[in-house]
Formats: sequence, structure tokens, C-alpha cells
Amino acid sequence: MRRQIPLVIVFVVGLFGALSYFIMEPVIQDLREQMLTWLRIIAAFALGLGIASFLRNHGRRMTRQVPGWGFNVVAILSFLSMTFIGLVWGIEEGTLFRELFDNAQVPMEATMFSLLAFFIASASFRAFRARSKEATLLLAAAVIVMLGRVLDFDWLSGITEWILEVPNGAAQRGIIIGVGLGMIATALRIILGIERSYLGGE
Amino acid sequence: MELATDIWVWVAAILTLFVYSFLIKDNPLYKFAEHAMGGLGVGYWTAVLFYNVIIPDFWEPLTIAIRKLSMTPQNFDAFMAREGFSQMPQIMQDFSPGVSILLLLLPAIIGLLLFTRYIPKIAWISRFSLAFYLGAASGIAIPNTFQTRILEQLRGTIVQDAPDGSVVPLFSFDAWRDFFAAPGIETFFDAISGPLLILGVVCTLSYFFFSKEHKGILGGMARIGIWFLMIGFGASFGYTVMGRVSLLIGRVQFLLTDWLGVAG
Repeated sequence: MRRQIPLVIVFVVGLFGALSYFIMEPVIQDLREQMLTWLRIIAAFALGLGIASFLRNHGRRMTRQVPGWGFNVVAILSFLSMTFIGLVWGIEEGTLFRELFDNAQVPMEATMFSLLAFFIASASFRAFRARSKEATLLLAAAVIVMLGRVLDFDWLSGITEWILEVPNGAAQRGIIIGVGLGMIATALRIILGIERSYLGGE
Repeated sequence: MELATDIWVWVAAILTLFVYSFLIKDNPLYKFAEHAMGGLGVGYWTAVLFYNVIIPDFWEPLTIAIRKLSMTPQNFDAFMAREGFSQMPQIMQDFSPGVSILLLLLPAIIGLLLFTRYIPKIAWISRFSLAFYLGAASGIAIPNTFQTRILEQLRGTIVQDAPDGSVVPLFSFDAWRDFFAAPGIETFFDAISGPLLILGVVCTLSYFFFSKEHKGILGGMARIGIWFLMIGFGASFGYTVMGRVSLLIGRVQFLLTDWLGVAG
């Protein structure tokens, strides 16, 4: 019962979600539109679940005073202050919330990603050894694209654009189609009850 | 050298240095920035989802629907004017107030049921919410994915939109005619681009086709597919590296120009 009801829900709701795309009846389309809103609302509640988990995890470390628990206090205080400021004074341009986001969150995220420039250099050294034909292709494409982004030669920019648009475009398109087919197959497996990992083990 | 006087520039500069301190070794300053970033990120999305989803998609329509049911038409109009609502929410245009309230409360109940996983005795109820979400998302994803990820991509492999708005085939004899009329690097690349793109997509897909052993023609196509994939991965890697480097340049420029005022 506890496992059968979710399977029935998934099947009925999934079938409606898929078929409603093809039925142009206004009532069906309105319900489909409403279903998309429902997904947004449920996702917002799911974020609440994430917040609860975040607070529980950091709170537990804080109360048990595990080594480095001061950083868990920082995480909780940052979360509480950002949420409080956002909910009380709004999130529009020019608010304290926006200032905090633009001058604390954005710089830290940008710096964190720019740190990867250092680590990616050592990763390239290991990845770019021309050991085989395929590795040579990888190396050549990466070097041309990197140089094409830095050096100001028309011919090099032309080659870079061509690599990005044609061979890279073909590979990406193949990957996108492959991923799309995989997504449809997974969705069908979920709707038909073949994929049940979301029910958890029992 | 003119140091910044804006407190926010100092905040951004100090946090930037905290993060860069990781280049020496993992240390408390980096850990502070790391945890602050996590907390601020969760706080940011909480407030953004509250204002962009909970209020417009749930709270406002629910309030309006309840008022519509409980107030006289005159009082309701006055309420709408007082609260600054210029038009009825979409749900109220499609359904009656009673049905709207039901349709708004249901997702909230489904969302709240997710929290039952914190009560071990009734944790299984949260599966209903998860089942609803997964079912709806999967059902909606099937036609949408087919449209955007398969049909559109296949269309882009067969034809392309010309600048004048017309649709031209990707494999064009005109391009080859232009090349033979005026042989050159540019006309050559124009001529081979279309066929190469088609070949690349077909061969890449062949590589991902595992229902038959990669031998003979399929094996050869899969091998060509690997070459295209390698060029694709190399190009993506090079593109990512340059993206990270430009971010690094941006941060150093910020420190030198906006904060220390020694450059720019």
C-alpha cells in the first residue's frame, strides 16, 4: 500500500503531463499550466526541506562543538541574516539584500571559480599528453581555442569559430540528442514504475 | 594609489582575499569565506523563491480567491484597488474562486507532506509528494524534451535558417559550386562545414548506440564519432579554461583598480 499508492500517483500524473501536451482543450491546457505552477510551489517547499537539512547539519555540529564548529555558526548566521534582510526589506535593486548579494556572494563565487584557473592548469598538463590520436585531437582543439581567445589574428579567430561551430557543434548536438533520448527513457521508466529508487529501500 | 572609501568594496576585496588564501593552503580565512558563501547562497534563494514563487503563485492568488468568496463585489473591488492588484490572477481567470482555492491549497499540502520525512512513523507519506513531483515533471518532460532536444536538433542538422529568413539545406551543392568557381580556404570551409556537421552528428550518435557491437561499418562510424567527441571535449575544455582565466583577470583587476586604485 505504502509503495503502490506512489506508483499509481506517478502513473496517473505522468500520463496526464505527457498527454496534455497534445490535447488542445482549454480546460486541459489550463490544468497543464496549473500543474507547472504546482511544480514551482512544491519545489519552493522542497527548498524548505533543504533549509531544514542545512540547519540541522550545521546546528548539530555547533551544539556538539565538533572541531571547527565556529564555521558552522558563520554558515547559520550568514543564512539567517540574508534571509531576514531579504524577507523584511525586500530583494529589489538598491536594497541591503542586493548589496550583500552583489558585494559578498558574487565576488566570492567569482573568486572561487577563478581559483580553478590555477588547478585547471595542472589538470591540463596531465590531460594534454599526446599519447594517442584521440588525445592529440583533444590537445589541438583545446590549444587552438585557447589561443584563438587571446591572440588577435583574424585567421586564428576564424579557425576557432569554425572548430566551435562545426566539429564541436556536431559533437555537442550528438550529445544533446543522446541525453534527450536518455531523459525520455528515464521519464518513461519512472511513469511506468520500472524506476523506483525514489521510493527508497524498505 | 587611492584606496577605496566604499565599505562594500572593502567587503568584496577582503572576501576575495580570504578565498585566494586557499592558494597557500587550506586555512581558517578560506573556511570562513566558504561557509559564509554557503549560508548567503541558501539565504539568497530562500528570499528569491519567497518573492518570486510563494507570493505571486500561491499567497496572492489565494488571498484574492478567499476575499472574492467572502466579500461583496463592491468590497472586493475596493480591496483589489487598495492592494494594487490591477487584474485577476491567471488561476482566477481560468477557474471559479472555490476551485482556485482548492487548486492552490493542494500543492501547498503536497509540499508540506515532504516534511513528514522528519517524523519516522509517518515518513512514508513524503513519498506521495515525491511521486507527484516526479510524475508531473517526467510527464511534462517527455514531449518537451522530444521537441527541444531531439526534433529541433535534428532539424538543425538537416536545414539551417538563412539570414534572409529562408530555410536552406545544410548539405548545399551551391557551396560546392562556389568552391569550384573560386577555390580558396574560405569557400572550402563553407563547402565542407555542412556535410561535416551531418557526418559528425551521425557518427557521434553511432558511438552512443550500444545495442550492436561496434564492429564493421558501425565500428568505423563510432571511431569517427570519438574523433568528433575529442575535438568537442578539447574545445569545451579550452573554452572553460579561458573563462576561468578571464574571471581571474576580473578579480585581480577589481583588487588593483576598484580597491587599491593602483591601476586603470
